[in-house]
Amino acid sequence: MNFALSEEYKILQKMVRDFAEKEIAPIVDRVESEENIPDELLAKMAELGLNTITIPEEYGGPGMDTISFALAIMEVARVSASVAVAMSVTNMVAEGIYRFGNEEQRRKYLPKLARGEYLAGAFALTEPGAGSDAGSIRTTAVKEGNEYVINGNKVFITNGLKAGIFMVAAVTDKEKGKKGISVILVERGTPGLTIGKKEKKMGQRGSDTVELVFDNCKVPITNLLGNEGDGFKIMLADLDGGRIGIGALACGVMRACVDEMVKYSKERVQFGQPIANFQAIQWMIADSVTELEAAELLVLRAAWLKDRFLKGEGGRFTKEASIAKLFATEAANRVAYRAVQVHGGYGYIEEFPVERFYRDIRVTTIYEGTSEIQRLVIARSILEG
Amino acid sequence: MKAVCFVKSVPDTETRVRLTGNRLDKSEIKYILNPYCEFAVEEAVRKKEAGIVDEVLVISMGPSRAQEAIRSALAIGADRGVHIEDDNLDGSDAIVTARVLVEAFKKEGGLDNYQILLFGLRAIDGDTWSVPSMIAELLGIPAVTNIVKLDINGNKAIAIRMVEGGEEVFEVELPCVFAARKGLNEPRYPSLPSIMKAKKKPITRYTISDLGIPSDAVGKVGSFTEVLEYTLPPQRQAGKKVEGEPEQVVEELIKFLREVANII
Ligand SMILES: Cc1cc2nc3c(=O)[nH]c(=O)nc-3n(C[C@H](O)[C@H](O)[C@H](O)COP(=O)(O)OP(=O)(O)OC[C@H]3O[C@@H](n4cnc5c(N)ncnc54)[C@H](O)[C@@H]3O)c2cc1C
Repeated sequence: MNFALSEEYKILQKMVRDFAEKEIAPIVDRVESEENIPDELLAKMAELGLNTITIPEEYGGPGMDTISFALAIMEVARVSASVAVAMSVTNMVAEGIYRFGNEEQRRKYLPKLARGEYLAGAFALTEPGAGSDAGSIRTTAVKEGNEYVINGNKVFITNGLKAGIFMVAAVTDKEKGKKGISVILVERGTPGLTIGKKEKKMGQRGSDTVELVFDNCKVPITNLLGNEGDGFKIMLADLDGGRIGIGALACGVMRACVDEMVKYSKERVQFGQPIANFQAIQWMIADSVTELEAAELLVLRAAWLKDRFLKGEGGRFTKEASIAKLFATEAANRVAYRAVQVHGGYGYIEEFPVERFYRDIRVTTIYEGTSEIQRLVIARSILEG
Repeated sequence: MKAVCFVKSVPDTETRVRLTGNRLDKSEIKYILNPYCEFAVEEAVRKKEAGIVDEVLVISMGPSRAQEAIRSALAIGADRGVHIEDDNLDGSDAIVTARVLVEAFKKEGGLDNYQILLFGLRAIDGDTWSVPSMIAELLGIPAVTNIVKLDINGNKAIAIRMVEGGEEVFEVELPCVFAARKGLNEPRYPSLPSIMKAKKKPITRYTISDLGIPSDAVGKVGSFTEVLEYTLPPQRQAGKKVEGEPEQVVEELIKFLREVANII
């Protein structure tokens, strides 16, 4: 076993840290107040290879692994959870197309994501009536000649405003339940696809979350991803990778919380001394660093397992991805709580970054599967075994 | 024409420097490619992209971590690396470092092969600012340090050097040593594909015996200078704030500058 990062990982980590500090940090307040990630930033990220990290060279990607992906997300999230989630979802969509798409689909869409011609990708599963119970979606895709005609509503879709390509889960066979679900690739601007209401959120405001309305939206049948009926499996398998991204995002926010806690507790003087001298504060810092480091290890382990799985060298990593996401996001909420606590009243004021971290981290135990659903996945895999 | 960059692995600027007694505690230090060397590498790679240079070699002397600095330079776009690693080198001072680098450079064909020798003006750890000029001296070629601009024209170069209050413009014949300062260029972020490519670029390794250097010519024994101890800089005192009406403030400030700070 070896816990040291290789040269390549360290170079990547430093590059992304520099990039986040120089290109994202200066605009992070604007990203949040305008609730928008500038297109130029997304394009720069694409250019560096950050939107398609695990996509092989032949499709325009850098061909790196999931550990690289996790490390990169951690660094971006340390500065902006909004940018990190946009990046994580785009990578998940690229990977979905790569893993489950045919050669033609890969060649058509992956270079566009890699070059930044598509600024983002979106993953459209959730519906008003189907959240945790994603198998109960009602959006339909009916085959008519050479086309699928899609009708229905999706809600809470990250990157909806920016995405050039959408992975859409729809029912192609009502009789078959979950086995009647398929994934269809829908390009931005396809007639019949309307981008609906943009949600006003508690945190991660820079990342757009929108409703999608499909009203007789027609796409060629060649846009079917994988086989008809495999859609539910595909979406869940792709989400396994996405969960590693959200776990990494939580680690990045936790790291930022710890940095702020340490800095503030050394500066703030009460009772004639820096509050860092009080054991109560020290314990909050110690607990936070412990949880952060545990979370990082769980996330990197899941990433490592996924890489082995994709190379055909190891088994599935579903349980480990869920464990990483569950632990990291729950821990990050505790850490953000402590970060605010250490700041006292100032932690509740917008000028201090922990106020944003506290809001930004809240949703991580909800999207890409709530903590309850992660527990369900973990318990099921243990009890069934 | 070919270019060579001499680079160094140094502690990250964010590293908290700790001392154990009066020695440097290196256990928790994270290392990076010296930021000034980054300017040098970026400049060489730009010259290559402009079609002026057809190979960029990177040479570094140092323990195994120096390889990471070389790899970072390869990710920026340099073509290949030379890493001089030898336990005997530990404790070498600037002149020994310059001599070892020169031997490695000669082993790679020296001035017959490389006409543009690029350095960072200073390494942010030892901060002696001396290796570039020493190497120029050892090779018998000119050096222009502290440069903010470098234009290559045939076998001549025009380099702009920053001096106090202005700039000096030099026209020099190649080969020549150039030492880069901040402002020469804005180093790129190495893209993920270039980081992957860098993995496959060759790095040649030399020990001092490969270079024909006896062990007593390097390290502490071979050096003219020796570090006796390290101390942390004094703690910064809080600033002084002068408050009140403008006339009063100015008077007080002048008094302070004159009597306490002894500046005017
Ligand atoms: C900011 C944001 C971005 C999002 N981005 C996307 C996106 O890009 N694509 C997408 O498809 N979706 C996205 N979502 C949707 C997200 O994945 C869902 O909100 C999530 O899966 C939960 O679904 P729900 O909101 O309908 O809650 P519900 O499923 O209604 O859950 C309500 C509560 O019941 C619990 N619960 C439900 N079922 C069980 C059970 N069986 N056992 C125990 N507890 C249970 C849940 O854990 C939760 O606590 C996003 C959501 C948000 C807020």
